[in-house]
Amino acid sequence: MKKSNRNTFRIFILGIILIISIIISFRLGRYPINTKELFGILLSKIFPIEPFWDKQLEIVLFNIRLPRIFLAGLVGCCLSTAGAAYQGVFQNPMAAPDILGASSGAAFGAAFAILNNGSHYMITLSAFFFSLLTVVIVYLISKKAKGNTILGLILSGIMVSSLFSAGTSFIKLVADPTDQLPAITYWLMGSLSGAKKSEVLFALVPMIIGLVPLLLLRWRMNILTLGDDESKTMGVNSKQVRLIIIIASTLITSASVSVSGMIGWVGLVIPHLARKIVGNNYIYLIPATMLSGAIFLLLVDNVSRNLFTTEIPLGILTAIIGAPFFIYLITRKEENE
Amino acid sequence: MSIEVSNLSFSYGNMHVLDNINFTIQGNQFLSVLGPNGAGKSTLFRCILGLLNGYDGQIKINGIECKNLKIKEIAKLIAYIPQSHYPPFNYSVFDMVLMGTTVQISSFSSPGKRQIALANAALERLGIEHLRNRGYAQISGGERQLVLLARALVQEAKILILDEPTANLDFGNQILVLTQIKSLVKEGYTVIQSTHNPDQTFYFSDTIMAMKNGKVIAYGVPSEIYTEDLIKALYGVSVKIQSLCHDKYRVSIPKNILGLEL
Repeated sequence: MKKSNRNTFRIFILGIILIISIIISFRLGRYPINTKELFGILLSKIFPIEPFWDKQLEIVLFNIRLPRIFLAGLVGCCLSTAGAAYQGVFQNPMAAPDILGASSGAAFGAAFAILNNGSHYMITLSAFFFSLLTVVIVYLISKKAKGNTILGLILSGIMVSSLFSAGTSFIKLVADPTDQLPAITYWLMGSLSGAKKSEVLFALVPMIIGLVPLLLLRWRMNILTLGDDESKTMGVNSKQVRLIIIIASTLITSASVSVSGMIGWVGLVIPHLARKIVGNNYIYLIPATMLSGAIFLLLVDNVSRNLFTTEIPLGILTAIIGAPFFIYLITRKEENE
Repeated sequence: MSIEVSNLSFSYGNMHVLDNINFTIQGNQFLSVLGPNGAGKSTLFRCILGLLNGYDGQIKINGIECKNLKIKEIAKLIAYIPQSHYPPFNYSVFDMVLMGTTVQISSFSSPGKRQIALANAALERLGIEHLRNRGYAQISGGERQLVLLARALVQEAKILILDEPTANLDFGNQILVLTQIKSLVKEGYTVIQSTHNPDQTFYFSDTIMAMKNGKVIAYGVPSEIYTEDLIKALYGVSVKIQSLCHDKYRVSIPKNILGLEL
């Protein structure tokens, strides 16, 4: 009893930290907004409040800052959750959202669209499409593979990923070095700087479709980590459940990378951070991962847009923060309760 | 409660692993399957558990052909206790036991009050409630085996299949685990275990099945079939069997110890 209460409390605290992070993120930026103005503008949408703020602020808040904060939180939440889910179904603590090639596929799709002078919307759409396509190819190849299905998936994931990476490299080679190449390079480093309302809405649909089953199936993820034979003898159709989890995780990963570009480390580091906070039971792990991921990417994105006059790509920041943090997590002594 | 296996054969490609196996278990009893490595014990278990379907012959659980049962239905009848192992993530003992209740709840839900109560009762029943909040990876091998046994109990299946439950355990833990299993049989469970320890089998089990090269070479009550010939046939070792404590316990002594030829 005490342990489950403790975990529920910790998840509650994470929720509060998330709310504080959102408020901080709203205030920061080229046009600082103070807390009073922030709540004034937000509440004026529901209650008739006489504006005591600059009209400009309202535009900044709704058209620039709100979509960006929303997207940062969502992408952080989705990449982390996908990481935790993949770690479960592949029985492998080192699994990350790009394990089945979703990121390499998205990178290829984005580069391909940029090469063909696609619009911002086309780039996102193409990234999303190729991301899903890559995972479908990986899955079909793994079905033909002999022996262990999990190993087959991971290996074909590595192979197809590297094929698409080669494709991306080729596109970079032939791209126009004055405008296309920098655009591709910048996309690959990951950024939320182009966040718009339409993008949030585009990503939101697959994200919700993916997150809901992951939340509902989180108890079964525990069983899947025990392996196929044990799952079956405990009454769980592991093949079926695994497929649903892979489809859901792929959807949220693809939706994330197609709007944010390549943001590494989040999907590996955050689930492990959440494991340290609430333990390995997926009942608590999934909510804790969702909240921690959102908090982490929100804070990192604040650094990205506020530290220098030009934005620092998110992928660079998550690697700088993520790698040492992961080293800390794996070298820290296990508390023995 | 019954398991009826008739004319069961199974092969991996050209390799015959099980060859025309026939036996019936009626009511609660403790069946020990003896046999050298590679005799087909694990394959037999995997067929009964519904993990292997490509077999010839019939396996009937309570009169229903195993192939016609869904995974969930088999799990309600039979619980499986693997050799103690380390899962990739270190769950608490309580969570590990609670996982056994999964078959009772619908796909999209989590264990509720009834399941939690069951898990607590199972921990208490096996005397390991003090391990409740410990990490499964941080307890001893014997304790892990008891945790897996508790996990099987909360599954509420009346048939338990154990894969070498005493392998890698120290002597004290072997006796502890076997005593617990024996008391479960008294409470109405049917238990099938594979083992490499004939002496303990003689005392603890009601029936012995001896397998070699995918065939059953002996089946019956221990006092009748636990003989020097059987040990020689199974393991290729000549032994002298010594009866102790009014034939409650029999010990196989390899003949070379007695100065005779093996």
